[in-house]
Amino acid sequence: MIVTNIETVPGKTIVKHLGLVNGNTVRSKHAGRDLMAGLKNIFGGELKGYTELLTESREEAVQRMLAQAEAIGANAVVNVRFSTSSVAAGAAELFAYGTAVVVE
Amino acid sequence: MYDLIFFLVLLGCGYVFGQLAEKRHFRSIIAREAELQDLLCFSERTVPAAYSGDAALVCGSVVISIDYFKRFVAGLRNFIGGRVSSYESLLERARREAMLRMKEEARARGASSVWNVRLETASISKDNDQTIGAVEVVAYGTAVTPR
Repeated sequence: MIVTNIETVPGKTIVKHLGLVNGNTVRSKHAGRDLMAGLKNIFGGELKGYTELLTESREEAVQRMLAQAEAIGANAVVNVRFSTSSVAAGAAELFAYGTAVVVE
Repeated sequence: MYDLIFFLVLLGCGYVFGQLAEKRHFRSIIAREAELQDLLCFSERTVPAAYSGDAALVCGSVVISIDYFKRFVAGLRNFIGGRVSSYESLLERARREAMLRMKEEARARGASSVWNVRLETASISKDNDQTIGAVEVVAYGTAVTPR
């Protein structure tokens, strides 16, 4: 599965468009990470726990998108975008979407 | 009285450790940027034939928090208005760090250039008392590895 965030796959041609695929995750902070984050709010610096959480949920969203693309018989996803929205205090959604295509 | 002492201690800790952490972070950013200088990033959406190769999505993300002292200064700034330099440096650090992590992932794949680089910011650490506190940045693009 080839994933790009440009409109084409370099060196290949798109032979079929299969439409939009998407994947999302909602993540929230938890108590253990909150404790460290509270300390970091005083001293400043990177919140490693949150970075990990963000990376994991991004990968999860992409995986869900790819699973959907695979299910409809695509071999590449182009024009991928990430989008975020806050659902409630302390929780946020990470949303990945793109166009499923067949390339040759 | 004790409250005031506690507040001043927090302020002092924030100032000392925050400044140290920020300086160290900027030094590491500059060093790594110099190392990855030959890996080119573009915000264009089409890849010219000269750069053609295997494409893959690369991402980098980071969450950075501001220290107590700077948050206090930013709070004061809100009364007067104008540039809030404490948040400016926070955002700059976060964006540059996210870009670097994306470039590191691209380098690990042996890519020579990254196309259509985009930056996305979000916030989960926003509390009910509406202080910004921390910023999250995701940088992503298409890494092209020459065949």
